[in-house]
Amino acid sequence: MQTNVTTVKGILISTLIFPRLRDNIIAFDELKTDYKNPIDQCNTLNPTVDRVKKIKRVRLALKLVLPEYLIHVFFCVMFLCAAEWLTLGLNMPLLAYHVWRYMSRPVMSGPGLYDPTTIMNADILAYCQKEGWCKLAFYLLSFFYYLYGMIYVLVSS
Amino acid sequence: MSTQGYANPNSAGNNYSMNSSQNGGGAAATAAPAAPAAPCQNGPGQTYPAMYPASSYYSSALPAAYPTVAGHNAPPAGKTPVSSTGYSGNYYQNSSGPSPCPAPPRTHQYSTSNAPVQSFQQTAPYAMPAGYYRQTYSHPSQGQPQPQPQQLQPSLVPASSGNNLNAPLYPIVSYPSAPGSSQYGTLRSSQTAAEQLPVSTGMPLTQSSLQQYSQGIGTTPTPAHLGYGAPPLSQTATVNGQSNAVQQHYNQNLHNPMSHHYAAAPPISQSPDKERPPSGTPGTSVHSSPRHHPGGDSSSTTTGSASPVPNSYESVEGGGYSDLAAPPTSVPAKQAPPFGYNYPTMHPAYQQNPAPRPDSSPSHGGYNPPGYQPYSQPFPSLSELSSALGGLGGVSELEAETLRPVNLLQERNILPPKHAPPPEPNLSNDLRKVNCSPDTFRCTLTNIPQTQALLNKARLPLGLLLHPFRDLTQLPVITSNTIVRCRSCRTYINPFVSFLDQRRWKCNLCYRVNDVPDEFMYNPVTRSYGEPHKRPEVQNSTVEFIASSDYMLRPPQPAVYLFVLDVSHNAVESGYLNVFCQSLLDNLEKLPGDTRTRIGFVTFDSTVHFYNLQEGLSQPQMLLVSDIDDVFIPTHDNLLVNLKESKELVKDLLNALPGMFTHTRETQSALGPALQAAYKLMCPTGGRVSVFQTQLPTLGAGLLQSREDPNLRSSTKNVQHLGPATDFYKKLALDCSGQQIGVDLFLLSSQYSDLASLACVSKYSAGSVFYYPSFHHVHNTAQSQKFQKDLQRYLTRKIGFEAVMRIRCTKGLSIHTFHGNFFVRSTDLLSLANVNPDSGFAVQMSIEESLADTSLACFQAALLYTSSKGKRRIRVHTLCLPVVSQLSEVFAGADIQAITCLLANMAIDRSISSSLSDARDALVNAVVDCLTAYRANGSNIQPSGLITPAALRLFPLYVLALLKQKALRTGTSTRLDERVFSMCELKSQPLLQIMRMAHPDLYRIDNMTEQAALHLNDSVIPQPPLLQLTAEKLTREGAFLMDCGSVMFLWVGKCCNETFIRDVLGYPNYASLPSNMTEIPELQTMYSERTRAFISWLLESRTFHPAFHVIKDDTSAKTSFFQHLVEDRTESAFSYYEFLLHIQQQMSK
Repeated sequence: MQTNVTTVKGILISTLIFPRLRDNIIAFDELKTDYKNPIDQCNTLNPTVDRVKKIKRVRLALKLVLPEYLIHVFFCVMFLCAAEWLTLGLNMPLLAYHVWRYMSRPVMSGPGLYDPTTIMNADILAYCQKEGWCKLAFYLLSFFYYLYGMIYVLVSS
Repeated sequence: MSTQGYANPNSAGNNYSMNSSQNGGGAAATAAPAAPAAPCQNGPGQTYPAMYPASSYYSSALPAAYPTVAGHNAPPAGKTPVSSTGYSGNYYQNSSGPSPCPAPPRTHQYSTSNAPVQSFQQTAPYAMPAGYYRQTYSHPSQGQPQPQPQQLQPSLVPASSGNNLNAPLYPIVSYPSAPGSSQYGTLRSSQTAAEQLPVSTGMPLTQSSLQQYSQGIGTTPTPAHLGYGAPPLSQTATVNGQSNAVQQHYNQNLHNPMSHHYAAAPPISQSPDKERPPSGTPGTSVHSSPRHHPGGDSSSTTTGSASPVPNSYESVEGGGYSDLAAPPTSVPAKQAPPFGYNYPTMHPAYQQNPAPRPDSSPSHGGYNPPGYQPYSQPFPSLSELSSALGGLGGVSELEAETLRPVNLLQERNILPPKHAPPPEPNLSNDLRKVNCSPDTFRCTLTNIPQTQALLNKARLPLGLLLHPFRDLTQLPVITSNTIVRCRSCRTYINPFVSFLDQRRWKCNLCYRVNDVPDEFMYNPVTRSYGEPHKRPEVQNSTVEFIASSDYMLRPPQPAVYLFVLDVSHNAVESGYLNVFCQSLLDNLEKLPGDTRTRIGFVTFDSTVHFYNLQEGLSQPQMLLVSDIDDVFIPTHDNLLVNLKESKELVKDLLNALPGMFTHTRETQSALGPALQAAYKLMCPTGGRVSVFQTQLPTLGAGLLQSREDPNLRSSTKNVQHLGPATDFYKKLALDCSGQQIGVDLFLLSSQYSDLASLACVSKYSAGSVFYYPSFHHVHNTAQSQKFQKDLQRYLTRKIGFEAVMRIRCTKGLSIHTFHGNFFVRSTDLLSLANVNPDSGFAVQMSIEESLADTSLACFQAALLYTSSKGKRRIRVHTLCLPVVSQLSEVFAGADIQAITCLLANMAIDRSISSSLSDARDALVNAVVDCLTAYRANGSNIQPSGLITPAALRLFPLYVLALLKQKALRTGTSTRLDERVFSMCELKSQPLLQIMRMAHPDLYRIDNMTEQAALHLNDSVIPQPPLLQLTAEKLTREGAFLMDCGSVMFLWVGKCCNETFIRDVLGYPNYASLPSNMTEIPELQTMYSERTRAFISWLLESRTFHPAFHVIKDDTSAKTSFFQHLVEDRTESAFSYYEFLLHIQQQMSK
């Protein structure tokens, strides 16, 4: 039963994470492709407005980061309580990555990962985007795995 | 309508002829025959006052468009056809001034046409080219409404009043009443008249108008016609011959249908003009019509701008114009140095008339403008251009030379004796001539590889080095209602676009085909219509536009300067306040700005002090805010005051300031809160904040701890703390950047002050950083002098506010990373709160799509800023480079200096984000990879030795020099702040400055001869050869000058020639030389003069004055000299030869 509960939670949580990740990716994509916008000239004309928007987008990404990490940590803990060692093992690398990522973030007084002054560097932007896609794939796979686990438990019980 | 009739004569005339208005004007000109020498206009006007009322209308209309001309009109100087153009300018003015009615003048014109051309020329006063230009620019906008002229015409006809505006302008003018009309007709009309009669324009828009004209001319003889009708043709013929001789392109115009268009345009402007009172004086006449106003204002501002550079558009064009036409005698002040392009030297294509356009009907025949066919020729399509590229024999030789394999292990003397010019891109001569100056815009690879794969093969970085706001001596400034840009990628029109035909141009970045706006068809330089390819935008790769309100988010801000001064005990002790206050007092008048300029002061120690400088106060009032945790602005008015109104108070304050804190015991420094206060103060306007700081901030927000461990200064391991300790300064900088506030930091500190953190405040707000280690006004006079001179430059240099810079490049290329001081707002857009002429930028590029389908790659940097006069301006630079598909060509086009600078920028990023040793390894690997790639590619290279192409032979040397730079060296004791400052410099300085820093120039100056000397303005400047940076080259008998950019050393050997010491340094012998000399005395000996001439020549192109040190061989100071000898071995670093061996070893792995 415990397994049942945790897997259900896992599903719920995954569904919570998806939109955040999607937003994350979209935010980076917007950052990257912004210049192709035909409104381009308006941007030239509206430095202030444009800049604020841009920073908001970065902040959006910042706001998405911590909740995602916390949720992931939370259901890792739940798996631990449920003694779901296999599932926990699958999630450990990501957890370790999150810890490493947060430890090596740029100097920042508030929470967050991304530095608005360097985010536009092609290398960093590409890295962040790739990271987003990889995590999206990982969460998607785990979602189906949890779903399978839940159904399996329901059927077998 | 009458004008139409005139049109024939007019068209016959000069470029203007096309214009209906011109006709009128032309007539006046032609009228001159009777009195050739005298102003033709007047004469003709008088004679035929009654004859052509209609024509007068035209003239009047036109004049409005060109009000400025009048002002410039000088006495008729020239006889050449050119003069006629100037002349026309005058005419315009006249016409504009008077009401539309002046029929009589036209008649005059016609009469003039009858008159021999010669007379005409003589009479024609040379309009100032400058004024002329202005007109033209404003003009384009006017030109647009071609259809209008027709409409206007009817109305015009009735009003036939003899108003001679001309009279005032020309002393000779007899008819004050009919000024406008006469002007137009005169110019070219005489030339073209005969041919033009059957005017049928190919252009749809113009056609109708043209037809009318033709009708008027040919069919319906107006009274005026009768009078002059017969004569014009014959006259024109003569005229043509004359004019032709002078200027070929003019001739073209005669035939050109385009001219007709032009004519049409003028009428439009007429309506506003008509109302104007005739203006006899040149000045008054200018810009009467509302339309014109913007243009006129802007142009005037340009000239007035404080910048040393003659920015005025007029000047620029004036040069070109002068070439074309007779020398403009009048308005000398406005004329600028000759501009780059000479019309006379234009392509043969321009001059000759190509076959008529297909669409032009036979009837056009006479009109077929030779001028417009040329379009295709001068601006061949890209494919044509590409084919032109390879054709130059010289180029291929050049390439062979740059590809010559050099064995570095054997060839010791690879340093050129003189500064080698940057490599020339392999372009056709025409393109090369108009390409952007390498001082402004440089690419690491002057041959752009076709694909990323090819670029990867070459292992060279692709990037741009930009110095966009550099002080320029020639800059075309363009005032136009519409700035022509590509509709899809918003690229500004530039010399590298191709004109498909008269009405369409193809963007060279995105390849979209755009329409040429009507007003762009008018060329202000030649004052002709239908020559968009001769517009200054298309003739110059560096231009400046006066932007309209479309380019403003808010009204342009005034120049606002806020000075934030540290007045703690430490600061007072160093004595910088005296120097600063004195400098500012001296330069108060020279601060760039206008009447709106505002200024304010904030001082801080453990509290923050504000100064109320309200006009009317008897003395400045100090307001003290001690709540530094939540700093607030005590009063919102009067802290930033209008400089003009409160000048006395500001002076009082500056005089009192150094004395106010002499006895302070406050040792704390609340820099963070002071900056927050500055931010709040400047928020509503934006502007420039100059921060002077002398110690580590110890109080309030943004306080910092000392992070440097002196024992690790010379560690060969990793250097810590290169990044900021807190993001307070970065966040503040971003806020400032958002409010258009730029922060410049002056750090004058003898102690560690954590520049790595503090510099962020300038880095992200597009400011600049100045660092004066161990500054003291008495103990360190060299620093003190440098500070003073830097301040002088800093306070008076040009400044641009609320700026953004966008870099566009050919489709397929994309921007990878930016380097410099700014905030990156978008992938290709930099936000620069302030922009100054001394900052450079670097851009890394990548190739995303293959460039195989194009032969040229173009880059365009557009800087939009508000000048200190409150004008919104856009400075556009365009660089064009060939695309190649062969690896060898990529190597041949490598620009080693640019590569070195870009690598330095990349290495600094790497050392901050990763570690210093990583960055150093990456630099070495860059050389190794590149040489390996060359070896792998080269088939005929001997296996032994270290082979490089000649273009890259300095690569290892420059990289070694970078590794020994303060920023990147290890093992040598380097203070953290100095290291960080060196990094800031490498990232934000322009290329030449970086190269001097990295690889200083060494000269022997005790035995300079006049051999190969430069002779400039009566002074002889010896040119000693560049020496390699090794102690081998030094001798005890010599004196050597090392130029490191921001500092210069004169090293005097122990056995140095006593004559040199006596004649140049002013001391009897070596032993009596003081050890702290900081300048060369001005002695009246030949030796001294020669030396000083050489040094001042070195300093000429530099904006900041370097510190100067005379170093004796036996003082401890000599280490600062010897550390720059990068080819020598030091305790911890390779010598050049060892470095080469190391590279070879790495390559063989």
